[in-house]
Amino acid sequence: MLRYALLRLLGAIPTLLLVIVLAFLMVHAAPGGPFDAERVLPSDVAANIEAAYHIDESLARQFMRYMSGLARGDMGPSYRYRDYTVAELIGSGLPLSLQIGTLAMALALLVGVSAGSVAALKQNSMLDRIVMSFAMTGISIPVFVVAPVLVLLLAVKMHVLPAGWSGTAGAAKFVLPVVTLALPQIAYIARLTRASMIDVLGSDFIRTARAQGLGTRTLIRVHALKPAMLPVLSYMGPAIAAILTGSVVVEEVFSIPGLGQFFVRGALNRDYTLVLGIVIFYATLIISLNLVVDILYATIDPRVRRR
Amino acid sequence: MKKSGGLLIVILVLAIVGPWLSPHDYLSTNFDSIFKSPNLSDGHLFGTDDLGRDLFVRSMLGVRVTLLVAIVASLVSLIIGVTYGAVAGLIGGRVDAVMMRFVDTLYALPFIFLVILLMVAFERNFLLIFVAIGAINWLDMARIVRGQTLSLRERDFVDAARLAGAGTARIIFRHIAPNLLGIVAVYLTLTIPQAILVESFLSFLGLGIQEPQTSLGALVSVGVNQIEGASWVLLIPAALLALMLMSFNFLGDALRDFFDARQAS
Repeated sequence: MLRYALLRLLGAIPTLLLVIVLAFLMVHAAPGGPFDAERVLPSDVAANIEAAYHIDESLARQFMRYMSGLARGDMGPSYRYRDYTVAELIGSGLPLSLQIGTLAMALALLVGVSAGSVAALKQNSMLDRIVMSFAMTGISIPVFVVAPVLVLLLAVKMHVLPAGWSGTAGAAKFVLPVVTLALPQIAYIARLTRASMIDVLGSDFIRTARAQGLGTRTLIRVHALKPAMLPVLSYMGPAIAAILTGSVVVEEVFSIPGLGQFFVRGALNRDYTLVLGIVIFYATLIISLNLVVDILYATIDPRVRRR
Repeated sequence: MKKSGGLLIVILVLAIVGPWLSPHDYLSTNFDSIFKSPNLSDGHLFGTDDLGRDLFVRSMLGVRVTLLVAIVASLVSLIIGVTYGAVAGLIGGRVDAVMMRFVDTLYALPFIFLVILLMVAFERNFLLIFVAIGAINWLDMARIVRGQTLSLRERDFVDAARLAGAGTARIIFRHIAPNLLGIVAVYLTLTIPQAILVESFLSFLGLGIQEPQTSLGALVSVGVNQIEGASWVLLIPAALLALMLMSFNFLGDALRDFFDARQAS
């Protein structure tokens, strides 16, 4: 097991390096400097600024400097938010984004797995069809459509939930962002759970257990749930990535001062260091969570380890 | 399958013909008719936006741009994916292993964020959007084509062709490629909605198609700010986008089931 975990860890390192190199090169291949403005700076001022941000050095030296900074958790200063470092900005936006993302993931798992299991048990019933057409709709409609439509319905028209973030207190303001973020994942997880549950329920060991007189409830809880959850577990990696991407949209729509909003603002303001820092941060997060999922999978399903 | 196909054709025809039939165009602003709600009397079928521009023509333009980007991007991914997959599958062995390991590594990359970075670093133009989206979506295609090629390679008719003296090129183009068509068509139908999603996501954030051009994602992002007063500015492009995505997904699913069933028999 330890061997498997170490091997996976070694496999993740080149991927992460590849992301960092690609992202770094893209930003530095950009035409025009980060401080090109309408007003042309006097040449000595421009030279001073370039020296202060080290953009007068060769690409290789800049890369080495950036990497050694990264190793110490230093991603350099933001180009647009004066007096803030990229690490400080990420630190200030992260807790809120993390909170919303975790809640959305928990909700998605809870609702998705229950809905999928129910649909599988009552296969081809009315309920099954309703769950599945809801799932197809949820997969098709993007977060940036669901979010404003839900705001329109529940906040603007019916006034049951707050539409924005600032100025509203309490847990109510979490409801819409979390639900919006969770909906597409609920849809995917419900579909996956249904398919794999049907698969497992048709297998021999379930028939044996049923022949021994076990009730449906015990059957599901003790025998079927664990093997049926394996595909869902392996979907956790893509789900995490999707929730991260979705959080960028959700934070924009609900004006939540999280990491995603810094990312979008940074992208629109051409704040190169900030965007680069957040991309690398997101990539690290996704890759390491994928690693955790893989190792978790291997602890549950020993067949994977021996490959 | 028929319903979603039919709906797509209706939307497509409207997008092509609609703007010609309307008395309005997508560019002219009219500050006397800002936020007109949808009505038949003055020809603003879908109402007008914050600058008094006709929303019907703009939505249809949005559909055109969104579809164009999606189709071209899917073709880019098709070309890369099919070539890569077919080469890996045909050569096989160690080359195949290395090529597929590379695809696995790329799978782990958070592409969407790299695309955003690309959009930030360079001028936002159409071409870049095509290439960027195509570059994301070719991985699935490569995997599927490789798998299919691997199994086709071992089939009797390939041996027969070889015995009859056909060269490698002839085998690829006359015997393997036609057999890939079905599955490639299915996955192309499923790639288009993914490309639509990426394009409209970028445009929604303001990083994709730029004004005065528009796409459904850009229209939705305008609508978000008008949610309190003029909800149709949001709802119409949102509904169009949702309908298109659902139709493509249903169609792709149905085609895949049909294809799987045919292969099984």
